[in-house]
Amino acid sequence: MNPPDKTQRNWSTFFIEALIRLLGFSSIGFVLLIFLFLLQEGIPAFFQVPLGNLLSELWYPTFDLYGILPLLLGSLLITLTAILIAVPLSVGTAVLVREAAPPWVREVLKPMIEALAGIPSVVLGFLGMTLVAPIVQKLGAPTGLTAFTGALILAYMSMPTIISVAEDALDTVPKSYRDAGLSMGATKWQTIWRVVVPAARSGIVTAVMLGLGRAIGETMAVMMVTGNAARMPLSLDSLFRPARTMTATIAAEMGEVAHGSIHYHMLFGIGLILFTLTFIINLIAASTIFKKRKKGGLR
Amino acid sequence: MPKTKINIKNISYFYGEKQALNNVTLDVPEKEITVFFGPAGGGKTTILRLINRLNDLVEGTKLEGKIYVDGRDIYSPETNVPDLRRQVGMVFALPLPLPGTVRENVLYGPMLAHINGRAQEDEILYRSLSQAALWDEVKDRLDDPASELSGGQQQRLCIARSLALEPDVLLLDEPTSGLDPISTAKVEESLFALKEEYTIIIVPHSIQQAGRVADRAAFFLMGELIEYKPGKELFTNPQQEKTEDYITGRFG
Repeated sequence: MNPPDKTQRNWSTFFIEALIRLLGFSSIGFVLLIFLFLLQEGIPAFFQVPLGNLLSELWYPTFDLYGILPLLLGSLLITLTAILIAVPLSVGTAVLVREAAPPWVREVLKPMIEALAGIPSVVLGFLGMTLVAPIVQKLGAPTGLTAFTGALILAYMSMPTIISVAEDALDTVPKSYRDAGLSMGATKWQTIWRVVVPAARSGIVTAVMLGLGRAIGETMAVMMVTGNAARMPLSLDSLFRPARTMTATIAAEMGEVAHGSIHYHMLFGIGLILFTLTFIINLIAASTIFKKRKKGGLR
Repeated sequence: MPKTKINIKNISYFYGEKQALNNVTLDVPEKEITVFFGPAGGGKTTILRLINRLNDLVEGTKLEGKIYVDGRDIYSPETNVPDLRRQVGMVFALPLPLPGTVRENVLYGPMLAHINGRAQEDEILYRSLSQAALWDEVKDRLDDPASELSGGQQQRLCIARSLALEPDVLLLDEPTSGLDPISTAKVEESLFALKEEYTIIIVPHSIQQAGRVADRAAFFLMGELIEYKPGKELFTNPQQEKTEDYITGRFG
């Protein structure tokens, strides 16, 4: 850092620069430390537990059975179902708010949607247990606490994120795209679906990825409404049976595990897998943003 | 004087409180190039956008007066706006290919109008790209992304996209403002060929261009039509002092 002026360096400038640099590096440092800690505590599990045991279908830590497949598949089933429900609703809402709604409706809806993101997940879990679960049971499930109930709650939780990011993406589509669509005789809705939404595609993908990341890491609400049975969700009706996610497993069992035991390391190992999954999702999201920038004006 | 295509009668237009056009009246003849020119903020672009009703979606605006295309009041409730926009095509200042290939760009409008069938598509592709003087350059690249064309090619693609709908009228808003001189010359050449069949209104990006292409020229200043007559007359012998000042470069 060479200040161009020849006068003596201003002390307050120096101090502020140093402070900002310290804060910036420390935030990276903390993330790195957390990751290292996770590695240190999680890696031993994969050496102590034989691979056959790890990849088995049974998670019974009391009997030293650490099959992570039911948890992994439970997480994937619930998250993917949630995203399948959330994406069409969210993109539709974003289009409504940004493109179709009159200004006063937009003014009312936007802060309401953002407020939804602030509802504590425990509260949503509570609503899920008392309101959603009985409905799911009436649909014919043996119990109301099922993977599907969890997916509904997760969809609800990820929607504010997806809507708000997708709406920003639609907002950045230049007005000239709309003019171009309209001037070719497209109706307002044809312009929205065939010009504006495709032009905002990369931003919408990012929105979905962020929602996905939010959904897969969610713990409390999921733990409350999915029934928490670590069974392989392979049959067709699995969606309407209890399931268990990786996050719920960690939260439920960490409190009663002996420090340093295989079970303890195994829980960190699951955390490591979760971390890797969300990292990959974020990487995909970031790369779509990057691609968008590279293409420049076309977006 | 040839047949009148567009009558603009006593148009005043407001963006909120701000008046963009003040009592403008003029007739645009068929199959000629009419130039709207003048300094920025004169209302040229606003008029173009009014002729194909692109300003419908702009909130807080007010229009007084009438616009007729082929004798029909385009702001009457019976007007089908998408049909009007197919009849009156528009090309914008920035080349703006839609996401997709060259072929998709040209066929976008026809597809919305439910024209399909491979043979018909190929015919539209060939006709509109040739008319825009682009066919020879892109005939082997029809399935490449439109964004890979050069700026001049992209702008001619946008012209081709409008032509694909077989409009009667073509509105061009500074179509060459982002182009180099060679591409500009090509676009202008295609305009000369197009006026055999189309009524063209162009907002040029320079007075020189106005002089080169104008059959008729209208000079706009601060939302008012100052002078409107055949191009040669207006550029060689302007009657209004303001027009002369602008043409000779005393302001603007």
